[in-house]
Amino acid sequence: MADRVWEVFQQAAEGDPMVHGGSVRAPDEELALHYAREFYGRRQESVRLWVVPRDAILELDDPDLLQPPFDRSHKRPGGYVIKHKLEAARQRAGTSGTGGGGEGTE
Amino acid sequence: MTDTARAEAFYTHVGSGGKVEADDWMPDDYRAAVLKFVEMHANSELMGVLPERDWILRAPTLRRKLALTSKIQDEVGHAQLLYRVAEDLGKPREQMLADLLAGKTKFHNVFHYPTRSWGDVGIIAWLVDAAAIVSQQALRDSSYAPYGRTMKKICWEESVHIMHGRDVVLTLMTGTEGQRSMVQEALDRWWGPLMQMHGPPTDPVTDRDLIWQIKSKGNEQLRQEFLDIYVPRIWELGLTVPDAALHRDEATGRWQYTEPDWDELRSVVTGHGPASQSRLEFRRLHRAETQWVRDAVLGVAA
Repeated sequence: MADRVWEVFQQAAEGDPMVHGGSVRAPDEELALHYAREFYGRRQESVRLWVVPRDAILELDDPDLLQPPFDRSHKRPGGYVIKHKLEAARQRAGTSGTGGGGEGTE
Repeated sequence: MTDTARAEAFYTHVGSGGKVEADDWMPDDYRAAVLKFVEMHANSELMGVLPERDWILRAPTLRRKLALTSKIQDEVGHAQLLYRVAEDLGKPREQMLADLLAGKTKFHNVFHYPTRSWGDVGIIAWLVDAAAIVSQQALRDSSYAPYGRTMKKICWEESVHIMHGRDVVLTLMTGTEGQRSMVQEALDRWWGPLMQMHGPPTDPVTDRDLIWQIKSKGNEQLRQEFLDIYVPRIWELGLTVPDAALHRDEATGRWQYTEPDWDELRSVVTGHGPASQSRLEFRRLHRAETQWVRDAVLGVAA
């Protein structure tokens, strides 16, 4: 039986994201789980492990798709600079200084 | 792009703090350098448990026995993690073990020496692990990202070992005169190997591991950091460092010390240390005696 490489993801506490921990090498699922437990769970540092055959992972790292050279600021909260507009709007409404910072102001 | 241009772009990338993943393209020189570095580290973790293994049965209390056993399990685990990183670079694990057992590849100098007393166990767990963690912390930033990530996990576990070692030393230092001198004698034995452990200073202009940021700090810088933190902690216990020349130069902030014996270092790491051959022989014996386990696990017909 040939060994395979298995990637291990660990969850540190209930509700936390599954975080990649590293990998183990094992001939089958049963041993892969045992090794994962030994290397990524023996100090009570995990409440859950995911063990996935490396060749089952699909990878996408194409910068043309993931980091396109176009302005994507409209997709992020920081792309909206409202401080001065908010001040102007308050002045027109005659409510300056009563509304606090408001969300989105840096 | 030609291979040369591709390699130049790669070296610019790593030289300016860029990271490399296991299946990224990399020049053969870089791959070979990372492999050699990680393989030696893995070998050291595997061989490093043997001096401590001798003390499991002789540990003075049950809690010490548990802590020592757990530390040994951790170090073997580190070897497993590091061999995993190394085998992704193209060298099979079986080949790495065969080369180690045949004396073709190296492991750290400090694991070529015998242990004489429980004081040695304390000094190893405290100061050898401390010297190791200083260099391992610097490796968390390695340009080879799978190595850097593994070092983050390992450093966290090593910090437990240092506390265990410091606790062993403090217990002895608050004990009888005999126990205090046991620690002093252990420090006398281990100081030379400790000062050699980070290796002789290298030239940052020609040290490829440094230029390619496989490691982020030079040997002398690591030794200075180790001395900075640990010499005051040794002194405050009333221990004497066996080097009359050791002092911190207040003007430069650098530690001055007697030149470590680099000939001894070279001789020891090439298999001529006092315990080099007995340790390798033990590993060979152990590997042969456990062959049936691997065969059974892998379903090899008897």
